Amino acid sequence: MSISRRQFIRLFSLGSTAFISLLNPVSAWATWAHRAFNADELETAYQNLLGSSTLTPSNDVILKLPKIAENGAAVPISVKTDLTGVESISIFVKDNPLPLTASFQIPSGTMAKVSTRIRLAQTCTVTAVVKVGDKLYSQSQEVSVTHGGCGA
Amino acid sequence: MRVSARFKNDVTSVRVMAPHPMETGRRSDQQTGELIPAKYIQELSCEHQGKIVFIAQFGSSMSENPYLSFSFKGGQKGDTLQFRWNDNTGDVEKTDTIIK
Repeated sequence: MSISRRQFIRLFSLGSTAFISLLNPVSAWATWAHRAFNADELETAYQNLLGSSTLTPSNDVILKLPKIAENGAAVPISVKTDLTGVESISIFVKDNPLPLTASFQIPSGTMAKVSTRIRLAQTCTVTAVVKVGDKLYSQSQEVSVTHGGCGA
Repeated sequence: MRVSARFKNDVTSVRVMAPHPMETGRRSDQQTGELIPAKYIQELSCEHQGKIVFIAQFGSSMSENPYLSFSFKGGQKGDTLQFRWNDNTGDVEKTDTIIK
């Protein structure tokens, strides 16, 4: 059986398209956002996770965490908002070796409210970013840390 | 992992505690002085009747034994929730719980 040059190209392009679509995850969320989590600059972390580093500070984002943390190894934090259409909530710590700490996907039906515990290496500014469509709303707070949570 | 899920006023509230060292890879062993390799949970998800209701992605600066609380609409008492985490070394843990 002989295949014409044209048929070969067609087959090849079909095959490679199928292969590339297998490589790309269906949703960006299906895989861990390694480029954002491994970014050591805050701006790069914003850019790599959310596609932009333009944040709109907003009082609609309610960030709760202590002003003084004695133990930086486990600082309770909660983020909530009444904004509708929230896609994700992310927590960034400016002065940690790797700023992006956690990112939560909020599918429709799930409340835009999450609580957790994070490590703070030193006195620092914590920023919560809420993604609504292509807008990024943020709220920041400084925390004084008595004993850093990332060292030995 | 330890999980509790309670249904009240149309909302299911979930609390998760996943025992895990969450090693950052920056700490050194106090006796040998060698770096302890990174080992931390990267992703934790919760599924309700085939629908993902929550996905958390973690970096290495989450606290040891990560704790999470969140809530969603659409659950019922008696429904099963499926939880799963995986860490950067490929370890996986799964737990099911029933909404109370």
